Amino acid sequence: MGSITLEKVSKSFGTTSVIPEIDLEINDGEFVVFVGPSGCGKSTLLRMIAGLEDLSGGRIIIDGKDMSSEAPAKRGLSMVFQSYALYPHMTVYGNIAFPLKMDGQEKSAIDKKVKDAAHILNLTNYLDRRPGQLSGGQRQRVAIGRAIVRQPKAFLFDEPLSNLDAALRGNMRLEISDLHHQLKTTMIYVTHDQVEAMTMADKIVVLNAGRIEQVGSPMELYRSPKNVFVAGFIGSPRMNLIEGAEAAKHNVTTLGVRPEHIRISTTEGAWKGKVGVTEHLGSDTFIHTQVDGIGQVTVRTDGDFDTKHGQPIFLTPDPARLHRFGADGQVI
Amino acid sequence: MATLQTRATARIMMSPAVILLFLWMIVPLVMTLYFSFLRYNLLMPGTEEFIGFLNYQYFLTDPAFFTALGNTLVLVGGTLLITVIGGILLALVLDQPFFGQGIVRLLVIAPFFVMPTVSALVWKNMLMHPVNGLFAWIARLFGFQPIDWFAQLPMFSIILIVAWQWLPFATLILLTALQSLDGEQKEAAEMDGAGAISRFIYLVLPHLSRAITVVILIQTIFLLSVFAEILVTTNGGPGIQTTNIPYLIYMQALLQFDVGGASAGGIVAVVLANIVAFFLIRLIGKNLER
Amino acid sequence: MARSTTTRSKVIFTVIGWTIGFLIFFPILWTFLTSFKTEGTAIATPPQFLFFDWTLENYHEVQSRSNYFKHFSNSVVISVGSTLIGLALAIPAAWAMAFSPTKRTKDILMWMLSTKMMPSVGVLVPLYLIFRDWGLLDTRIGLVGVLTLINLPIIVWMLYTYFKEIPGEILEAARMDGASLMKEIVYVLTPMAVPGIASTMLLNIILAWNEAFWTLNLTTSNAAPLTQFIASYSSPEGLFWAKLSAASTMAIAPILIMGWFSQKQLVRGLTFGAVK
Repeated sequence: MGSITLEKVSKSFGTTSVIPEIDLEINDGEFVVFVGPSGCGKSTLLRMIAGLEDLSGGRIIIDGKDMSSEAPAKRGLSMVFQSYALYPHMTVYGNIAFPLKMDGQEKSAIDKKVKDAAHILNLTNYLDRRPGQLSGGQRQRVAIGRAIVRQPKAFLFDEPLSNLDAALRGNMRLEISDLHHQLKTTMIYVTHDQVEAMTMADKIVVLNAGRIEQVGSPMELYRSPKNVFVAGFIGSPRMNLIEGAEAAKHNVTTLGVRPEHIRISTTEGAWKGKVGVTEHLGSDTFIHTQVDGIGQVTVRTDGDFDTKHGQPIFLTPDPARLHRFGADGQVI
Repeated sequence: MATLQTRATARIMMSPAVILLFLWMIVPLVMTLYFSFLRYNLLMPGTEEFIGFLNYQYFLTDPAFFTALGNTLVLVGGTLLITVIGGILLALVLDQPFFGQGIVRLLVIAPFFVMPTVSALVWKNMLMHPVNGLFAWIARLFGFQPIDWFAQLPMFSIILIVAWQWLPFATLILLTALQSLDGEQKEAAEMDGAGAISRFIYLVLPHLSRAITVVILIQTIFLLSVFAEILVTTNGGPGIQTTNIPYLIYMQALLQFDVGGASAGGIVAVVLANIVAFFLIRLIGKNLER
Repeated sequence: MARSTTTRSKVIFTVIGWTIGFLIFFPILWTFLTSFKTEGTAIATPPQFLFFDWTLENYHEVQSRSNYFKHFSNSVVISVGSTLIGLALAIPAAWAMAFSPTKRTKDILMWMLSTKMMPSVGVLVPLYLIFRDWGLLDTRIGLVGVLTLINLPIIVWMLYTYFKEIPGEILEAARMDGASLMKEIVYVLTPMAVPGIASTMLLNIILAWNEAFWTLNLTTSNAAPLTQFIASYSSPEGLFWAKLSAASTMAIAPILIMGWFSQKQLVRGLTFGAVK
């Protein structure tokens, strides 16, 4: 079991309030991602769940029990840190065995669990090495190994992939998702990277300035962002957010349209503009255009679309997929 | 990290060190301050009485005080001059790759580990002795009249000894700073056409400025209280030519048993040291923030 | 100064470097050599450098005439004792400051440093009187106490800078892994901090060994460490160069070797982390 409930959880350092008040329900077995720009309080929130930070108010309930002031070790959670936080003076084996040793388990039982974990994570050949002798990805797996041997109620990940290079990050994303399917344990994952959030999460929690902006599945957030912030944060390339006269035509303050929902043509369309920078990704092409009376608009089109810098261009947004936001930034 | 529980533990773990240091600082200092306002001589027990600022007046108007203050400044200034300039040159040499670099480095820092009484005596007797000393022999070898170091140049002799002890410190710190200079920066300067000398003036020296400040301030703290070297070589003489403030206070307290006068002198020394300490602490404090 | 150094400049710097190194080290070398001479050869003109009759007699004499080992053991007790007590006080304090910093941590550190800047003469008189009244003059315990307090700020500072380099996340990981505070210190912090603690210890033994204000003013014979013992050679025994050299060699050799081992940490310790 591993359901976690946050009730009016708040945090302030001195007089500055970092997290005003948060209510959140995390179900057993769910993969939840906290995503937001740096400084939005997502890591603080995770550390409060872990017990590494005090709560300024509210309650944290784990499997029906109030754990708000319980020591970290007693909460039955495991954490994977951004820096991996491996013990440099212990071998890989020692690192993975450490939580079991602290739990006072028998040597033979520890041995079996460590070897099982090493097997799952492809670390069997590295058990005698020290963290310093491992690559970034291997260190990451050791940190995960140390987390899974305890069979925790939930895993907490604090930006675990931010120290890896792009290719490795892609692999580890798959591995962590795979692990989640195998173990079916609750996972709470903190990241500032919306790609990680979209690809891994069952449920995304978008945070901004300590407040929850929206909670939902990746596709819910993509299809119907509740406000300008979520609209701009989720999706890549970013949604075009248009203000001014064009928005007023639709009776809104901000008009949102994703680059993939704009039709592009060299001959005719609703908006007329000029081609700026074109980014060819092979499969797709991102065209940054300057539209008369609107400004910069990014369009995503297929890979073979060919343009020249400065060439006139016509754009037509898909009317069914326009996002309308009012003066308060909320969706209308 | 910062849960209430850990913070409470932290306070408990810090308190013994903090309390002891606090007592160590405040108790003797208050006593010194108190004594400095008393007529108090150990040879005349029972005559203690409050005399206001009289001790300060005596101490500060005593011609010996000004001589000692001058001597202290000359000693500190002379030693700083030798060690900082010598330290920069030495650090530049040691920063070059050459055969046996590691061993030479060990040889250069060795004097720092020699206890002050040993280095003072070795220099005084075996090197600077006017008849049998090595320097006298070298002087005669070249046909010069040997110098009677401690009679003719007493203060310079002491500066030489103290500088020998502190040169390694300056060298080591400046060398460490030098080695932290980014190699790419040097290469970029070279690409920009800067010669060795302009590289030194525009790149190396500014990079070293912080380390030089640290060397000057820390050495000043220690050099203001040079004591053993004077005690075992000149005893402050000839006359009071090598008496610095600490030695003057020592004489007043433990040789003349004038507790009140020595205490007033002690307070003066504390004030002087605090002027230097003020700048040093600010410098280190700034560093702590980064 | 790109590292494409030619052999020629390398040779030139080898000559310059070794000459300077030799000159600076010479007084120590000279003391060492003289300690193996007879008193006659020691003051001979021209000086004898290597080709004299080497003798160990001075080392015997120094011990038999003045009980050298009493002073040696005083030095050991005082320097090691004050360092160990200092560490016992400083490790918890540095732990707290490094891993549970508050707004006042910086002020406390700076204040500790400022106590180190107080000139010893400023408190000589009251301390001398306290020692006299409490019967602590010329006792090892008195000196251990004074030297502990004198070096405590340096010990705290050095440990603090070392502990600071241990990432807090590792200790948090241990906490998540179920380690109690005790286990966290024993299994995780201490093994990681051992190099730092060791070099702190080394540097402080060196500083205490060479301390020559309080040891000279608060001891006379019974508790006198080597600084005071050597000072007694200032007159008239200073004329016995060979014996002075033997005594000096024994006084500086152990600490010189320790110093060579701790040279890297020396910079950090003596500049309070301002230069690393």
